[in-house]
Amino acid sequence: MSTRIYISRDAAAQALGADETLQALQAAAAAAGITLDVVRVGSRGMVWLEPLVEVVDGDGQRIAYGPVMAEQVPALVAAGLLQAAPHALRLGRVEELPYVAKQERLTFARVGIIDPVSIDDYLAHDGFAGLRRALSLTGAEVVQEVTDSGLRGRGGAAFPTGIKWKTVLDQQSDQKYVVCNADEGDSGTFSDRMLMEGDPLCLVEGMTIAGVAVGATQGYIYLRCEYPHAQRALEEAIAVAKARGFLGRNVCGSGKTFELEVRMGAGAYICGEETSLLESLEGKRAEVRYRPPLPAIKGLFGKPTVINNVISLASLPVILQKGGAFYRDFGMGRSRGTLPIQLAGNIKHGGLVEKAFGVTLRELLYDFGGGSASGRPIRAVQVGGPLGAYIPESQFDTPLDYEAFAAMGALVGHGGIVAFDDTADLAHMARYAMEFCAHESCGKCTPCRIGSTRGVELIDRIIEGENRAADMTQLADLCETMQHGSLCGLGGMTHFPVMSAVKHFPDDFARKR
Amino acid sequence: MSDIEHQHQLAVDRILASHAGQPGPLLPILLEVQASLGYIPPAVVGRIAEGLNLSRADVHGVISFYHYFRQHPVGRHVVQVCRAEACQAVQCQATEAHAKQALGVDFGGTSADGTFTLEAAYCLGNCAAGPSVMVDDKLYGRVTPERLDAVLASWRQHS
Repeated sequence: MSTRIYISRDAAAQALGADETLQALQAAAAAAGITLDVVRVGSRGMVWLEPLVEVVDGDGQRIAYGPVMAEQVPALVAAGLLQAAPHALRLGRVEELPYVAKQERLTFARVGIIDPVSIDDYLAHDGFAGLRRALSLTGAEVVQEVTDSGLRGRGGAAFPTGIKWKTVLDQQSDQKYVVCNADEGDSGTFSDRMLMEGDPLCLVEGMTIAGVAVGATQGYIYLRCEYPHAQRALEEAIAVAKARGFLGRNVCGSGKTFELEVRMGAGAYICGEETSLLESLEGKRAEVRYRPPLPAIKGLFGKPTVINNVISLASLPVILQKGGAFYRDFGMGRSRGTLPIQLAGNIKHGGLVEKAFGVTLRELLYDFGGGSASGRPIRAVQVGGPLGAYIPESQFDTPLDYEAFAAMGALVGHGGIVAFDDTADLAHMARYAMEFCAHESCGKCTPCRIGSTRGVELIDRIIEGENRAADMTQLADLCETMQHGSLCGLGGMTHFPVMSAVKHFPDDFARKR
Repeated sequence: MSDIEHQHQLAVDRILASHAGQPGPLLPILLEVQASLGYIPPAVVGRIAEGLNLSRADVHGVISFYHYFRQHPVGRHVVQVCRAEACQAVQCQATEAHAKQALGVDFGGTSADGTFTLEAAYCLGNCAAGPSVMVDDKLYGRVTPERLDAVLASWRQHS
């Protein structure tokens, strides 16, 4: 008889030594005469506990240990890890750990639990139930269900997904496309990556639902080249889905066609902006397009195109399976459903927390995150990536809600929260925001292309402190020009990190150095 | 035409043929050329342009737009050090400075022994376990200067 263990193949787990831990486990088990049945799963989302090892005990329960480093394995196996024996690193059942028990996992329900590229495992965990239901409805009914769910674009723009789809559905065209924006370039975000590595079939199913709903027969996943682990998982998932008839010319025996292809990016942050992503898919320089026309009307190769973020698309299977009303019952105000939140940076318990909208920053940073990793006070958090505002401690009681964040001059974005302790210098972070904008500007709009470089110089002068009052005024003017004079969010939103740092942390700009 | 140039042309012709009929094929082709040759030699730009019925300027414009495309050969391994906010929050500046010192180069440079090319990355998606470093396709988390030394040493042994 063999002992079943689960260990993650997620990039973050591998980055902390999961492969080496597995090798050590195999060697130790062989030496003890035990046969291992290894399942490589996604990550449970508790990154500080990786490499996490789960062992199936005599009652069939998955008992977790972590973090298990390769060098600890011989002693752990000797102490009875493979029999689920007590040990200082024994955590018990993952579902009972407060970090997991307090979450509301809808989109991430399977991640860390199933073998990401096993159709049978996927089917045993509600897989393709949403697609089967979608195939029994008309396109208009599917779009209505998505509209009813209240789902808004999880990439950050928060545009209602159902309305976008309705526009594509209403177009007459010989060809329509579904494009998945998997160019997750925001620092502090990794939910797309975790989903694609931990449950890629969920994305495949979501995109197929979108294709069936609007009448598109070809899908593309535009994936950033920094994500080779996700690429491997997606390619495997697409191959098995195709082999089992869930993709291709006759989806689930419905007679409908949906083909899917992964396209790799080439290291351009701007491709997270949907029109530049489409340019890139067409093989061009990824310069932002003017709108109108909207991509829903003239998108990829000039055809009507649904373009959505990974998490938006991966939320569709559960919405279609359980109904729009089920999903809409989570959340607050106009922010419905759940958001996979990523706790990052200087945080003790970093990882993925899926919660209904309405959870506060303070709950996330302290109840889940356990405070800073350094043990010092958390001074600021940046929410929503490099274009998100820096938020001071006085605003940590704000609930996560698109409108509440907008009201305080911040954004929820893609749900990444980067914590900084009291050693952080916000003038330097403001400078970095301008530097990043200069590095990543596509060059189309002058305020972004040139303004960002002038912004770096201005903040350098402010830090030096020669003519500070005048330079601070000019910085505010420059940010306003970039905000109103740029086509897309890169130039248009760089004012968020810069001016929030100025507003909430003025001392950092006024200090003598 | 030198031997090496001839080999490059053959590789490019094979890659072009394998993408025949694919919509919007330029990025996949350039990625494959770089994966097989290590960089995109200027001498093959004309061939790619001709194969896709584009101008050389179109192809060059795309190559120069994307940070990932390289127009020069690199070392045996590429070391990417993340500089983004989440890594800055856990002192990636120290890792960055140490990488530059240990390899004796700035970003974009290749170590004198030809083993490593150092590059900056703007988020490797490992933001809960920074500072993050990637060597070729292998990702590393919590890379302090000491851990970086160990990582580089293990890759030196590899090559």
